[in-house]
Amino acid sequence: MNSQAVICTRLQKNFGKGEDAVKVLRGVDFEVRYGEMTFLVGPSGCGKTTLLSVIAGLLDPSGGDLAVLGTEIAKLRGSNAVVFRRQNLGFVFQQFNLLPSLTAAENASVPLLAAGWSRKKAVEKAVAILEDLGLGARAHAKPNQLSGGQQQRVAFARALIHEPRLLVCDEPTSALDAETGHHVMELLRKSAVRADRAVIVVTHDSRIYNFADRIAYMNDGLITHVEEQKYAA
Amino acid sequence: MNFVAWQMLTGDRAKYLGMIFAIAFSTFLMSHQVSIFCGLMNRTRSQIVDVKDAGIWVMDAKTQYLDEVKALTDQDLFRIRGVEGVEWAVPLFKGTSRAKGADGKFRGVILMGLDDSTLVGAPRKVLLGSWNELRSPETIAIDQTGYKFFFPNQPFELGRTLDLNDHLVRIVAIVDSEAPFVNLPVFYTRYTQAITFVGRERNQMSFALVKGQDGLTDAEVCRRITAATGLKASTSLDFGWETIWYYIQNTGIPINFGITVAIALVVGTVVSGQTFYLFVVENLKQFGALKAIGVTNWRIVGMILMQALIVGAVGFGLGISMTALFFEATKEDLDLRGFRLLPEIVSGTAVAVFLIVILASIVSVRRVVVLEPAVVFRG
Repeated sequence: MNSQAVICTRLQKNFGKGEDAVKVLRGVDFEVRYGEMTFLVGPSGCGKTTLLSVIAGLLDPSGGDLAVLGTEIAKLRGSNAVVFRRQNLGFVFQQFNLLPSLTAAENASVPLLAAGWSRKKAVEKAVAILEDLGLGARAHAKPNQLSGGQQQRVAFARALIHEPRLLVCDEPTSALDAETGHHVMELLRKSAVRADRAVIVVTHDSRIYNFADRIAYMNDGLITHVEEQKYAA
Repeated sequence: MNFVAWQMLTGDRAKYLGMIFAIAFSTFLMSHQVSIFCGLMNRTRSQIVDVKDAGIWVMDAKTQYLDEVKALTDQDLFRIRGVEGVEWAVPLFKGTSRAKGADGKFRGVILMGLDDSTLVGAPRKVLLGSWNELRSPETIAIDQTGYKFFFPNQPFELGRTLDLNDHLVRIVAIVDSEAPFVNLPVFYTRYTQAITFVGRERNQMSFALVKGQDGLTDAEVCRRITAATGLKASTSLDFGWETIWYYIQNTGIPINFGITVAIALVVGTVVSGQTFYLFVVENLKQFGALKAIGVTNWRIVGMILMQALIVGAVGFGLGISMTALFFEATKEDLDLRGFRLLPEIVSGTAVAVFLIVILASIVSVRRVVVLEPAVVFRG
C-alpha cells in the first residue's frame, strides 16, 4: 500500500469567477500519510478549512491534482462521490453536529444507517464503540445530557464506526476546555491512529500540537512548511 | 434513516405540535365548512328527494328551480297523461302558508299538496300515524321539526290541532322528511285540501309528478313530454341539481363558504409551511452533517418528505376526527339535519392536505438540496 493517503499537488480553490474570484488555495502541495496524525495549522482565513473540505470531497478544487486514498476524488460525480465519502471518510466537526433528538448510540450509528444497516445492528455496534471510548454507560443519553467532552467522544464514535481509512477532524478541541481537550485528543490518538488509516486535524489549539506526527503550517492559501515530530504517549 | 427522520421530527416537540395543529385546524375548517355547504345545498332539493314514487317532474318551461314556480293548468296534466310513455301523472302543490299554535306562536310553513287519490310524493318514513288518515277533511301530516316547534318538549301525539291560514287542521301523521333549505316546518295534505288552505288562484298545480312506463328511461320520457307539451320535464336527479346550481349561481353562499375554505387552505399552508421551513432551517447543520457523512440528496429529500407526510397524516387524522365528532355529536339536532361528513369530502380534504404538505416542504427541500455539505466545517 502506498504510504500516502492524500496527495495534493498545486491544489487551487477559488470562490467566485473572473476578476472577482477569491483565491483561497493558491497551489497547495501537501500529503497525508497512513498511520499518522497530521495537523493542519495556521491563522484564521489562511485556507485550512477550505483545504480540508476539498480533501474530504465536500468542495471541488479549481485546479491542481488531488488523490485521496488513491482516488481522484474531484472526478467522482453525484452519488459516486457520496458513496466514496460514506465508505472511506470519517468526520469530526467543531460543533459536534450531533442530532439532538437521538441518543449517543443512535447518533454514533448514523453512518451505518446511511449505509443501509438495520437500526438494531447499527446501534449494537455503536454501543460497543462507545464502550471502547469509555462512554458505554451514557450510550442511551441524549446529547443535551452529555458534557462537551462526552459529546465529542460520541462524535468520534460516529466518525470511526464504519472504520474509515481517512479521518477528517475540524477543530476537535475548540469547544472544550484545556483539560477535556487534552483527554479527547489522547482518546482520538489511541482510537483513530492505525497503520491503515490517516488522520487530518485542523486546529488553532497549540496546546494539542504534541499529539501530531506531522504539522503542516499554512498561510495565505499555501503550505509554508511541514514539521515532523515524534509523538510520545 | 427513516428512524432518524422520525426522531428529528418528534424531537422538536414545539414545532411538531405546531405543524400538526396547523394541519388539523386547516383540515377541520375545510372539511367542516365543505360539509355544511354540501348539506345546505342538498337541502335546497329536499322536497324533490322526498318524492320516491315518481321519477319525473314536469313544470312550466321557464322554471329555474324548485322554490319558484308558475302553476300549470289542469289541461296541462291531461296533456302530460296523453304523452306516449307516461304511465301515470299526478298533480303536486307546493306553496307556503302560515300556521299558528294554540299558544299563538306562529310560523311560515311549506305546504305540500299530494294527489288526493294516490298521495304520490309523500315521504316514506312515518314516525307516528298513517297517511291514510289524510283522507279525512282538514287534516295534515307534519314533519318532526314542525311538531317540535309548535309543541316543544312534548311527546309525539296525534289529534293535536293547528290554525293553518284560518283553517283548524288536525295532525294525523308525524313524518321524517328531508330538512328543507330554510328549515321551515313542512306540512303535507291532500292536493284539494292544500288549495283550500291557501286560497284558490286561477291555476294551482305547481308540478306534475310523472312515472314513465317500464322499458323507457326517465330521460326519454322527459324528452317526449317536452316535445309533446312544450313544458319542462326533468328527472328528479336533474331537477335536484338544477335547484342546487340555481342557489350556487344566484346566492352568495358558495362565495362565503369558499372564502372560509380558501382561508383554511392558505392558513394551513402558510403556518405549517413556515413552521416546517423553520424546522428545516434550524436543522440545516444536521442535514449538512448527514450529507458530509454520506447520505445522498435523494435520501435526505425522502426524509424531509416523510417528515412532511407524517405531519400531514397526523394533522389530517386529528382534523377529520374533529369534524366527524362534530357531526356525530349534532346528528340528533333537528336544525342540523342533513349535515354530514361525506366520504367525498374526506377524500377531497385529504388531497388538499397532501397539497399543503407538499407545498410546505418544497421550499424546505430546495434549501437542503442546495446546501453545501462543507457548511459543517464553518463554525
